[in-house]
Amino acid sequence: MITAAIDWNSFVGSVFVFDNYGELLGLLRNSLWAGAVLGLVGGLVGTFVMMRDLAFSVHGIAELSFAGATAALLLGADVVTGSLLGSVLAALVMGFTGLRAREGNSLVGVLMPFGLGLGILFLSLYEGRSSNKFSLLTGQIVSVSSLQLTSMVVLSAVVLVTLVGVWRPLTFASTDPLVARAKGLPVRGLAVVFMVLLGISVALSVQIVGALLVLALLITPAAAAMNLTSSPARTVVLSVLFAELAMVGGILLALGGNIPISPYVTTISFLLWLVSRAVRAVRERSSSYRRTTPHRGASAPLTAGATRVPEETAAADPAPGPGGLEPLKTGDRPGTG
Amino acid sequence: MGSSTAHTAADDGAAPVIRLQDAGLAFGDRTLWSGLTLDVAPGEYLAVLGSNGTGKTSFLRVLLGLLPLSHGTVSVNGTRPRAAARGVGYVPQQRGFPARTPLRARDLVAQGVDGHRWGVRLHPRRVHRRVDELLARVGATGYADAPVGLLSGGEQQRLRIAQALAADPTVVLCDEALLSLDLHHQHVVSELVHEQRERTGCSVVFVTHDVNPIIEHVDRILYLANGSFRIGTPDEVLRSDVLSELYGTGIEVLRSNGRILVAGRPDSTHHTDAPEELLP
Ligand SMILES: Nc1ncnc2c1ncn2[C@@H]1O[C@H](COP(=O)(O)OP(=O)(O)OP(=O)(O)O)[C@@H](O)[C@H]1O
Ligand SMILES: [Mg+2]
Repeated sequence: MITAAIDWNSFVGSVFVFDNYGELLGLLRNSLWAGAVLGLVGGLVGTFVMMRDLAFSVHGIAELSFAGATAALLLGADVVTGSLLGSVLAALVMGFTGLRAREGNSLVGVLMPFGLGLGILFLSLYEGRSSNKFSLLTGQIVSVSSLQLTSMVVLSAVVLVTLVGVWRPLTFASTDPLVARAKGLPVRGLAVVFMVLLGISVALSVQIVGALLVLALLITPAAAAMNLTSSPARTVVLSVLFAELAMVGGILLALGGNIPISPYVTTISFLLWLVSRAVRAVRERSSSYRRTTPHRGASAPLTAGATRVPEETAAADPAPGPGGLEPLKTGDRPGTG
Repeated sequence: MGSSTAHTAADDGAAPVIRLQDAGLAFGDRTLWSGLTLDVAPGEYLAVLGSNGTGKTSFLRVLLGLLPLSHGTVSVNGTRPRAAARGVGYVPQQRGFPARTPLRARDLVAQGVDGHRWGVRLHPRRVHRRVDELLARVGATGYADAPVGLLSGGEQQRLRIAQALAADPTVVLCDEALLSLDLHHQHVVSELVHEQRERTGCSVVFVTHDVNPIIEHVDRILYLANGSFRIGTPDEVLRSDVLSELYGTGIEVLRSNGRILVAGRPDSTHHTDAPEELLP
């Protein structure tokens, strides 16, 4: 008989453990609540992350959050505070320098390995319990203390309330910054506020799913939602729904075992995305979106009382550009020195 | 042609909506324009013409308070432009949306209605109605629920117009708003802007390379060239002698079938055999 690299039975046995499930459920209610809260935050913040094209920044912030957490570990300070400091600081640096994706990307690329390296340095200097060591990177085995839960709920509430307060201007500034700015909106200020919210959300997520996997919570659900709809309201609802499915579902599956919850969360999240992508592909093949009038424009009659375009001009000038005679087109600068 | 200017308040002595005094704009040692003193009255329609890079977009950015003047002063609605920005409708020079922008056509227009307000929308139905009405005005009802990123340039442009008119602004700034529209929609949009002005008495500043689609509505023209400018009614500015002097080279302004054509530039030799009628 061939000896498999892993024993299949023990694999299944450790991935899906449901002994004393009811008992565990009661004991680990905190974790479930933490997951639910995090799903809500991740789903909401994620839609703006996608809108602003900040996926890469999220990854960068997570690595600096990791560095902050490990520094706190080394110094014997509070890990959550350390992680929060690291990510908010990183988010602010990114917020103040490169606001939109392209300018910011190189900065993130520079910060990310620095943060990760720093974190690894602190970890190897740290001589405490080794079980703590990698949970910050890859997520922890379910166990959330009441104190931890309280701080998570408070921070999440701060994020949610602020987000609701800036909802419309932030959407405007994220999708159409030029006009939003012309309308007098503080586009830069909104960007900085959002980066702080993002920093807090990342720090919260790092505690549960780990620094390397925050994207599964802050990107994947929103991306999946956007595959299914381009209505902002529906995007938000679906994104939160998917994030909750991934978080709460992941925790429920992970409860009994001794495997971190992150593989469960990332897998559910990925599967949801995969399905949404397939749905989108099918839809795009049939008909991309509803149009009530297939042939507008060219042959449509002019609106009431409007017959100004002279026949011959219309014939001589195939739309849209004027051909033939240039109608006062000042495309050049004669006589410039 | 040369529509009446009876609707303008230019002579009423009403406070100007836009006031520029000895305004100048320069980047480094390059002066785009200077010594510009101009009052735009409520309801006035100003067309801004000029070659690429003469500072037309920059002129609008000054009026929006996004670019400081290097010289002189500017006020909009009697205050500094930034403070007046809420009451300004702006159609930016064409810039498409990325394909995966999570907005539908109607959401883009809705941003013009209440996108600047804090919090979440409390009266969705009211906004919805207003958006439907605006979409109908620009003939965009047929693609109201389409993602903006998938729309054609002209379709997006019409949404921009609807968005800019949404808040019934006191000033409408259009930066080449007719670009990439077919003749029919050029006409629709230019009528729309005109009709908005008639209805609400707003002023219009319209940057364009082709003055013909809007010429019948235009009260005055600001013509930028060579770091200098001319300002006046179309008949005062669109003249061979005036533009020749401005450009420092022979320019001919022709009228053909009611269309105004500028000839005599290096790239306009193919126009010489055109049926023409010299101005003045
Ligand atoms: N912030 C800036 N810093 C330096 N130069 C600038 C800046 N903004 C604009 N310019 C320069 O000023 C000139 C005028 O720009 P502007 O966009 O106003 O031209 P325009 O008249 O709108 O041209 P077009 O017809 O091509 O739209 C350009 O040469 C541009 O390079
Ligand atoms: Mg321009």
